[in-house]
Amino acid sequence: MTTLASSRRGAPSPDGLPSVGRRLRLDRRYLPVVGTLVVFALLLVVGGARYDNFLSVGVIANLFINNAFLIVLAVGMTFVILTGGIDLSVGSVLALSGVTAAYLLRAGVPAGVVIPLVVLVGSLIGLLVGAMVHVFEVQPFIATLAAMFFARGLCFLIAPESIPIDDETFVALASWDTWAGGQWRLTSSVMIALAVVAVAFYLLHYTQFGRTVYAIGGGEQSARLMGLPVARTKVLVYVISGTCAGLGGLLFAMFSRSGYSLTGVGMELDAIAAVVIGGTLLTGGTGFVLGSVLGVLVLGLIQTIVTFEGTLSSWWTKIVIGALLLVFVVLQRLLALRRS
Amino acid sequence: MTPAAGPADRAAPVVEMYGITVERSGVLVLDDVDLTLRPGEVHALMGENGAGKSTLIGALTGTVPIRSGDVLVDGEPRTPESVARSRAEGIATVFQESRLSPHLTVAENVMIGHEVRRWYGIDWARTREHASAALATLGLEDVDPRAPLEALSPATKQLVAVARAIVLEPRVLVLDEPTSSLDEAEAARLLGVVRRLRDQGVAVLFVSHFLEQVFEVSDRMTVLRGGRVVGEFRTAEVERAELISKMIGEDIDALQALRSQRLAHHYAGSGEATLRATSVGRRGTLEPTDVDLSRGEVVGFAGLRGSGRTELGRLMSGVERPDSGELWLDGVRVQLRTPGAALRHRIAMSSENLREDGIVAGLTARENIVLALQALRGWSRPLSRGEQDAVVDTYLDALRLSPDDLDRPAGELSGGTQQKVLLARLLATRPHVLILDEPTRGIDIGAKLDIQRRVAALAGDGVAVVFISSQLEEVVRLADRIVVLKDREKIGELSNGPGVTVDTIVEMIAAELDELDDEGS
Repeated sequence: MTTLASSRRGAPSPDGLPSVGRRLRLDRRYLPVVGTLVVFALLLVVGGARYDNFLSVGVIANLFINNAFLIVLAVGMTFVILTGGIDLSVGSVLALSGVTAAYLLRAGVPAGVVIPLVVLVGSLIGLLVGAMVHVFEVQPFIATLAAMFFARGLCFLIAPESIPIDDETFVALASWDTWAGGQWRLTSSVMIALAVVAVAFYLLHYTQFGRTVYAIGGGEQSARLMGLPVARTKVLVYVISGTCAGLGGLLFAMFSRSGYSLTGVGMELDAIAAVVIGGTLLTGGTGFVLGSVLGVLVLGLIQTIVTFEGTLSSWWTKIVIGALLLVFVVLQRLLALRRS
Repeated sequence: MTPAAGPADRAAPVVEMYGITVERSGVLVLDDVDLTLRPGEVHALMGENGAGKSTLIGALTGTVPIRSGDVLVDGEPRTPESVARSRAEGIATVFQESRLSPHLTVAENVMIGHEVRRWYGIDWARTREHASAALATLGLEDVDPRAPLEALSPATKQLVAVARAIVLEPRVLVLDEPTSSLDEAEAARLLGVVRRLRDQGVAVLFVSHFLEQVFEVSDRMTVLRGGRVVGEFRTAEVERAELISKMIGEDIDALQALRSQRLAHHYAGSGEATLRATSVGRRGTLEPTDVDLSRGEVVGFAGLRGSGRTELGRLMSGVERPDSGELWLDGVRVQLRTPGAALRHRIAMSSENLREDGIVAGLTARENIVLALQALRGWSRPLSRGEQDAVVDTYLDALRLSPDDLDRPAGELSGGTQQKVLLARLLATRPHVLILDEPTRGIDIGAKLDIQRRVAALAGDGVAVVFISSQLEEVVRLADRIVVLKDREKIGELSNGPGVTVDTIVEMIAAELDELDDEGS
């Protein structure tokens, strides 16, 4: 029991990434995340060696800009998966949020009203899912599958066609950016995404709610017998995931300057893939939100490399992601086996 | 029966439970149970497996719904709703098999739910300090509070669970089998902590199947049997032997006939063992043990819960693999790696929780019966309906199963019928050695009698039968020979005869206890 001594000083122990250089021995819980970090670095090296201009400010900045919405989705998904659940509705909720925003903006509703409203739509769907999971004890898979169809159906009810967004305030917000040192510029969407990550990190590691999320993933019955508020927490994680999906829809609308019913088909799977590649166990209880961010960046880098290659069909992205996912799941399994 | 007034009696009770009745799927698991916990007193809850101890704790902490009865805390009526609520009222519970979160750190497991919080959220440094302090009182200074819980040994985990309970300085501390995975030194340290808390005025409810520890630490005890209170005693005034017989209870006279019948057919013993275990043991489970089983003989394994009676059966039937010793079947050394391998050697075991684990609720009784036989034959050679009927019919009469039940889903059948179905399943494989662990637990008296008759008949047919039961009467009634176990060790063997009674076994176990006491003092 003394072999795991690792984080003797500094930040709280259940935090994100330890600074590897300072500690020789690494806590096993961080291994999957470190694995992701290694893959990320490898992809950067491979890309940098094969293509000119790969390691440029533009490419790296675009990695964040193009994936801001996915980062937000993955953060919400991390909460759900940490409790041992799953949320299949986020892709559809993202579309619903985007379509609603575009529709309302076209109808002349001011952006200041639309923006909080569409995020709330996501929260509301999350609340419904949470209630189904908690009150009626529906499997999260089924409950969120129902919500997925429901939200997608609503999109088409609102508008089957793509609605362009030309509301001035919204466009101004979408194209706003600020200087962040050197050649780096920080766009509004990236700032929002990073803020979401920071809030999620705080919630997970510095609040009782966050610790309860982990405890539920480690064993729901145990968490209940430890006297933790299991019911409330389980509902809340779906609310958080729904809210993140609503916010993700907003970011995607900012990114594409439109709202379209068919956006985000299968995006929930990208989010799940990012979370798993980021080192979170699908059985719940272990994982870090920063890992999920890394997972998104790895997915984004693969896509960038495929784009740089030029001759490759974009489906290669899926194949590589599939292979990577397989490797990570097997690695996690091996880690779990070694532990027991 | 009424305990004499002592100093603790004058203190007002913290917790009073009156007429607690709990029903689970139509069976009363607690029937009109009273319990009073007073400050500054360790109250032991005694009883065999299934007596209702854990259910009573569940009723107190709100994890088990109460059908009727009253719970009073400080004289005020309460409805226990949840662990969180009872914790808020100062009742801390350490549940059996330490219910903690494996991925969280040790410190978190102690502190989660009551972390030290500041304006910015959880203050981890202070939180860890509190956890370390609680761990230190239990002698766990060496444990890194930042290590994940899953890295710890079961014993340390159990102590961490206790640390979690005491860190909030509760007024009532409920300990359900807190010492089950502790070694002697660790247990002694824990009992020391319990005593200290008692002296500070905490009311402790202590459940353990280790009698010595109960006698060492408790002031008062309530004995439960079959969901009812047998009595409340002051520990100082109760005899060990008397207590054991109270826990185990007496049975219905109708079974006496079987006893005399068995005595009449008492097996002389050919001296040739069919299954012989030589120093079979497993670290932490059972000390190396020698046992011989002969054809036509019923051997009873007697002992209290945790004595190793079940473990010995499991080690001899491939359910668990021994790490020492050898098994010899008809003079040939065998290695039983799995229950399936044992079955191919015609050694069958029905385990204690087989009714929960073993019955496939969705299949009919008939399908459940042929399951093991089919598995033995291999799935490529299915039993025809005619063969199935022949097998099932054989046991229909022998076990007095109702034909109507055969085609009903097994999950709908009563406990006794399910047990019969399981027995029929094992018998269908025509075992030479049959090990039955608690085959009569939790079933009605009629089914008990049927099963015991069948066991006697099996021995008559030349099967070597092992009968494991917490009901010593049953063991004495059925067995030709009784292997007595205590604290994971075989302490003796009795050849059953007219002179052997339940008391003979109880005295053997109690004598052992007294000896241990002498060593301790």
